[in-house]
Amino acid sequence: MKPSGWLELLIAAALVVLAAFVPMFANGYWLSIAVTGMMYIALSTSWALFSGPTHYISLATGAFFGVGGYMVGTMMSDYQLSFWVPLIVAPLVAAALALLIGIATLRLSGVYFVIFTLGLAEMIRNLISWIQNNFLGSRGLYVLTDFRDHHLYWMLLGVAGVIYLLGWIVNRSRIGFALRIIGNDETVARHVGINTATAKVIMFTTTGFFAALVGAIIAPRWSYIEPNQVFSPQLSFLVVIMALLGGAGRLWGPLVGVIPFTIIWEWVGVQFPNQSTLFLGLAFLLIVYVLPNGVVGRIEQLRDRIGEGRS
Amino acid sequence: MLDILVSGLLLSGTYALVAMGLNLQYGVARIMNLANGEVLVLGALAAFWLYTTSQVSPLLTVVLVAPVSFAGNWLIYRYLLKPLVRRSKSQGALEVDSILATFGMSFIIIGVMVSIEGGFFAYKYLSEPISIIGSTTSLNRLVAFGVAVLIGGGLYLWLNHTRAGVAVRAVSVSTEASGLVGINVPRVSALAFALGGAITAVGGALISTFITLDASIGVVFTMKALIIVIMGGVGEIRGAIVAAAILGLVETAVATLIDPGLTLAAAYLIFVLILLFRPQGLFGRRAL
Repeated sequence: MKPSGWLELLIAAALVVLAAFVPMFANGYWLSIAVTGMMYIALSTSWALFSGPTHYISLATGAFFGVGGYMVGTMMSDYQLSFWVPLIVAPLVAAALALLIGIATLRLSGVYFVIFTLGLAEMIRNLISWIQNNFLGSRGLYVLTDFRDHHLYWMLLGVAGVIYLLGWIVNRSRIGFALRIIGNDETVARHVGINTATAKVIMFTTTGFFAALVGAIIAPRWSYIEPNQVFSPQLSFLVVIMALLGGAGRLWGPLVGVIPFTIIWEWVGVQFPNQSTLFLGLAFLLIVYVLPNGVVGRIEQLRDRIGEGRS
Repeated sequence: MLDILVSGLLLSGTYALVAMGLNLQYGVARIMNLANGEVLVLGALAAFWLYTTSQVSPLLTVVLVAPVSFAGNWLIYRYLLKPLVRRSKSQGALEVDSILATFGMSFIIIGVMVSIEGGFFAYKYLSEPISIIGSTTSLNRLVAFGVAVLIGGGLYLWLNHTRAGVAVRAVSVSTEASGLVGINVPRVSALAFALGGAITAVGGALISTFITLDASIGVVFTMKALIIVIMGGVGEIRGAIVAAAILGLVETAVATLIDPGLTLAAAYLIFVLILLFRPQGLFGRRAL
């Protein structure tokens, strides 16, 4: 174990402790932005666990997130269960769903996977609306809890911390090594005896689990749940942009992207509510043409260049 | 039952046309264009806008939209996608880059379209009923089918019986080998991408005569076109036609027998079955 690995973990732990004090200073508007930001930190860090090393662009985040939010809604409203039951059940359901999707698509080339996840949130939304309208009656789903913004913030911070720790362990494990080889050259990976499909499916299932967990935690914020609202395809794209903007090659890369982007996105939503889609498109082009390895990749490139100049 | 058969097959005519467009872009130019559905909706918007503001017949719009979309897609390929082709080290890297870049384009197109027309592109053109072999359908569906068959047939003949068409097919088989026999691969790729875009926009103008679209519906059509291309096998025109017929029929059956809201779920079901049992496509020779 290199000492830098432990140092990285120590810094992360210190940041988590510092971040835990945010609700003491921020309130109202800024606290609500902090909750949104923490939600995206958890989502995009967990997205990057799978998509970072393998370069498989997953657009399924919105679908799993929706499963989390919707299950909280339906289990609390239709079955009068406590909030904690769906909080445990929903991630397991999403993980099972991710497992099935992974088995069907991840044995094949990456294009199939992207295409499959592209319409997934929309398809599940259609399916649930249909079930709700025909079999359950179109009642509203209420999520009434005593949680305030700072409770949600702390829960999300805890989840983000767990994801980070998991990523740190994965990076130093056999599966993390396998995923990096798959990302560099899948044929090589197969020839050196890596079971590529299994490695990918395991990691994709993990990201599905966490996306649903985050969706479930954030559900009390809305208090009224509708399929149209929780299965938002836009969420999947935002997570991809934030993770890639920061740089999905490093565990802390998405963090660098999320914080500024959440604030800018909030600002765009207020100033130009009708142009937000346009802005999303420009962000994608910025990543592809200007920052192909994210901000972190660009910084490392500059550092290498300075290092070369000195020696 | 007969109604499902007739309207399903009529619908599949336009689907096949749109899938041909995507096939040219992915099979020949090797660009996974996820803005395909938005280009389609752009064609639909043009038809809607010209018809409602100046009563231009959508059939005339088809003639106008094709060269405009051709030029637009050629510029996109030349200035936005070709740099990606050049910098990519492998097919996989190019796929990731082109997927992200075309996502960006799709959102920009949506943003622009929303600012032109935020609501539904609803208009009535040739919506009188017509009876075919005992089943009633509307005239616009029949006309759209006829035009789609005409264009698709023309494309098929062009690909199989002209020098340029053979060059396009050669590039789709192997970029390296085509380069060796003296085909200008970058030029043919640009041509195929632009042609694919033109065909997609024409398909959109045709679809808009009988389906009401809106600015954000593009992704659904991207999905459908992709499913048809994968089901038929990349680069297979006959496969795409059969696949479009299957998708058109299944969708129409689900919409009439169960619920119109489930057409996308039906398309997904087909997709899963193809991925599990025949990932190379019904007529495909090799896996992607």
